[in-house]
Amino acid sequence: MAARSRVSSLLSRSFSASSPFLSRSQGRNLNNGSRIVRRFGTSSAAEEVISPSVQVSYTKLLIDGNFVDAASGKTFPTLDPRTGEVIAHVAEGDAEDINRAVKAARKAFDEGPWPKMTAYERSRVMLRFADLVEKHSEELAALESWDNGKTYEQALTAEIPMVARLFRYYAGWADKIHGLTVPADGNYHVQTLHEPIGVAGQIIPWNFPLLMFAWKVGPALACGNTIVLKTAEQTPLTAFYVGKLFLEAGLPPGVLNIVSGFGATAGASLASHMDVDKLAFTGSTDTGKVILGLAANSNLKPVTLELGGKSPFIVFEDADIDKAVELAHFALFFNQGQCCCAGSRTYVHEKVYDEFVEKAKARALKRVVGDPFKKGIEQGPQIDSKQFEKVMKYIRSGVESNATLECGGGQVGDRGYFIQPTVFSNVKDDMLIAQDEIFGPVQSILKFSDVDEVIKRANDTRYGLAAGVFTKSLDTANRVSRALKAGTVWVNCFDVFDAAIPFGGYKMSGNGREKGIYSLNNYLQVKAVVTPLNNPAWI
Amino acid sequence: MASRRVSSLLSRSLISSSSLFSLRDPLLNRGARRYSNLAASLEDTITPPVKVEHTQLLINGKFVDSASGKTFPTLDPRTGEVIAQVAEGDVEDVNRAVVAARKAFDQGPWPRMTAYERSKILFRFADLIEKHNDEIAALETWDNGKPYEQSANIEVPMLARVFRYYAGWADKIHGMTVPGDGSHHVQTLHEPIGVAGQIIPWNFPLLMLSWKLGPALACGNTVVLKTAEQTPLSALLVGRLLHEAGLPEGVVNIVSGFGPTAGAAIASHMDIDKVAFTGSTDVGKIILELASKSNLKAVTLELGGKSPFIVCEDADVDQAVEMAHFALFFNQGQCCCAGSRTFVHERVYDEFVEKAKARAINRAVGDPFKSGIEQGPQVDSEQFEKILKYIRHGVDSGATLQAGGDRHGSKGYYIQPTVFSDVKDDMLIAKDEIFGPVQTILKFKNLDEVIARANNSRYGLAAGVFTQNLDTANRLMRALRVGSVWINCFDVFDATIPFGGYKMSGIGREKGIYSLNNYLQVKAVVTAIKNPAWL
Repeated sequence: MAARSRVSSLLSRSFSASSPFLSRSQGRNLNNGSRIVRRFGTSSAAEEVISPSVQVSYTKLLIDGNFVDAASGKTFPTLDPRTGEVIAHVAEGDAEDINRAVKAARKAFDEGPWPKMTAYERSRVMLRFADLVEKHSEELAALESWDNGKTYEQALTAEIPMVARLFRYYAGWADKIHGLTVPADGNYHVQTLHEPIGVAGQIIPWNFPLLMFAWKVGPALACGNTIVLKTAEQTPLTAFYVGKLFLEAGLPPGVLNIVSGFGATAGASLASHMDVDKLAFTGSTDTGKVILGLAANSNLKPVTLELGGKSPFIVFEDADIDKAVELAHFALFFNQGQCCCAGSRTYVHEKVYDEFVEKAKARALKRVVGDPFKKGIEQGPQIDSKQFEKVMKYIRSGVESNATLECGGGQVGDRGYFIQPTVFSNVKDDMLIAQDEIFGPVQSILKFSDVDEVIKRANDTRYGLAAGVFTKSLDTANRVSRALKAGTVWVNCFDVFDAAIPFGGYKMSGNGREKGIYSLNNYLQVKAVVTPLNNPAWI
Repeated sequence: MASRRVSSLLSRSLISSSSLFSLRDPLLNRGARRYSNLAASLEDTITPPVKVEHTQLLINGKFVDSASGKTFPTLDPRTGEVIAQVAEGDVEDVNRAVVAARKAFDQGPWPRMTAYERSKILFRFADLIEKHNDEIAALETWDNGKPYEQSANIEVPMLARVFRYYAGWADKIHGMTVPGDGSHHVQTLHEPIGVAGQIIPWNFPLLMLSWKLGPALACGNTVVLKTAEQTPLSALLVGRLLHEAGLPEGVVNIVSGFGPTAGAAIASHMDIDKVAFTGSTDVGKIILELASKSNLKAVTLELGGKSPFIVCEDADVDQAVEMAHFALFFNQGQCCCAGSRTFVHERVYDEFVEKAKARAINRAVGDPFKSGIEQGPQVDSEQFEKILKYIRHGVDSGATLQAGGDRHGSKGYYIQPTVFSDVKDDMLIAKDEIFGPVQTILKFKNLDEVIARANNSRYGLAAGVFTQNLDTANRLMRALRVGSVWINCFDVFDATIPFGGYKMSGIGREKGIYSLNNYLQVKAVVTAIKNPAWL
């Protein structure tokens, strides 16, 4: 409950905190942009990099309840996005490690104890885990920030509490998974059993390492499955830490196995494993297609995919512009723009367009970029050099395609992967920056004239993950909510991620829903059981 | 109702065949010869009481030739002769059908009609099916080879029943309001997905059509349906009836054609939002791969099986024999959920084998249009040859051939009801889906063992359990990794009962409330609220 109100309060706090740092009167062109770079540079380069107040204690694979080296003995470095320096060397899992993990998960499922435990006992383990997450929230938040580059305040006050909240949500589901008794057409007693699927393979991304862990592990465990989870190679550290907490909470060995490693090796062997009964993946659409192909070519394991997006954020003429600007800014720049549901196409009605652009630019110029461990910082570095270069490439593409660069456009400082909050106006639908998922702090503002037009343009994408709608009109809100082909529509809000709200994509943004009651389907098989009745009192 | 008819038809068949044959005849050669005498060779092929009226593609409410002008013959399985030349749909026809379906979805009227209006059209369609019951049944039997009695008394009535079931769902698709963690009003909308591609098999052409069209239409989707090339006829007839019932043009488009051309075009189409396929596991894998390589359309798969039928030592052996026989031989053995591994407890094994053999020898094979016939021909020469190959496998691998083992008669694709005993788990006939009238009987000693063996298959579609012991029933029901467990019954297919596979038998469930998920997208709508009276 606290988590989201904390997000908003964090947001407004950051907003006011950042105001004194920067004046609103920055120029419009690249040259002026570079002045901003210098100023941001002052805050990040001239200062010492803050030492995270946490030790890296776990760097090995978690298999069958033990932390073990990779079978190959290999390791890979995980880097600090603030500097590009090595935080730690982590065991590099590959096919053989996945095999070992699947074997442990298989045994924990087929021979127990996990699915043979009462649902109440399973829920108790998850509740104890949530308590431990809260107890260790500062260490977890520090580790998450260090490995990912997101602001420590965000990790500590929004994300880690949300991890505990999600596990309490799913703990509550464990003993509420009901099958149905079913009306028959004749003298039969019909019932459905909702059974755990078996061993779930889960592949999570680097942008919200622990939240994505919670979205996947929560429903799988509540439904009685066992798990082999692969973390993103950029952010392997926190999952090991909470893996240890799970063992402390009483999770039996083998129920949750965690393998760090790369997609092409560990990820692919998980997706194509013949003894894995289900696969859930969050990441890019291109990789999602590969994952589904591997499932098709192996054992037809059911696959849920949570993939990319290019979500519209639509500001109607009747909207409160100041609020719309702030929310649109949040919708795009939150988490360094590294959100699959980022509001990355800001459609603004022509009557309020100029005012909106001016204010959106001012807000972006005020965004406080710097060491994520520093108080009051709104934006840390991008995750790694690859993402950094990709985002810069898209910024160049925006300039070359004649969008107007209102602010930003360059690097902040001279080390690490910090990027200036960047705003483009006069963006057209056919520009690359309006079509591709940039996954960085680059806001594209587009102009529209009427509802029919904006619905069409908003839907004219291969993606369909989310949308924001900003209006005071009930008719507009109701109409647009139905017309948008997107899995989530936020009306006068954005990025509301309560545990009960389902999340997932239309079209090429994915298959299936995570969170909420719908997420349970992903981890349950339905078995129909039919028995004839003799002399039934009723049918 | 329909399942009662299955049972009554079953017992009627048993009685009628009993009077024709002695149960004690041990010589399968003689049995085979007798079958030939009875029906297939000496008698004339019965002329079906129906005309083939529709052989073109149904696109945007009109029967049209294929873009290429090509046709292909659909054959009578009783003789291998041509029934009719049918328009052969290919990529361009699928494109035309998708354009029509896209328009009917994106611009209406189908998803913009009230759910009540949609339900009324489906109810009227069900009434028309009943009105044309005998004509539809005759066409189904002619094209597929299944007994006319089965078509007319079970399948076509079930078709109407399934559509009435889904008509009733149309105005009962509820989203949810959802508790938020803060000042937000949260609701979920359950929306139609859009254009559904549906690829159906030849073993139950119209029932498979109803399992797929029913939920898709109830949920407000539009459809491009591809029929199996073996059985294109009945779908075109009911397609006409759908439009007579008031279905707007473009909502259902039916394309006859082949898998690698028309089927692949559907699975890989960028403007199709969902695909549902029923067929073999190998083709299912291709379908899923095509979806993954194109637009990630959501896929439901209903694939192959090698379903165990477990007869425990306390079972009533006569009833178990009859049910196991039905579980395997129904529909010429051409059921994805056929009870094709008959596991029998060692204490009753010998008695069971003897009686199963006698029952198989007793099975009335012949022209499916003849009254009292239990088994018609296999659907085509490819299936016929495949089954005979598996029978040779069985013999070669040392299983005991108790009955049958060869073709029946000299024309068409009839196969003798065949029973193997002493089958071992590692024989091909105990592992592969044969999809024909070949029963394989295996012996087991205890529950732990039979559970492990029953589950030791890449398939997980269905299972039969025969026992009077409540503990045994409860234990097996949970331990078997399959989508349907029939206890002391088999092939009960009420509209409300979900059907689908574990493991490589498929993904998703058809029928019942669960089937609606396949045709709905979930949209979460979150609105900021001010001064809420409660949270």
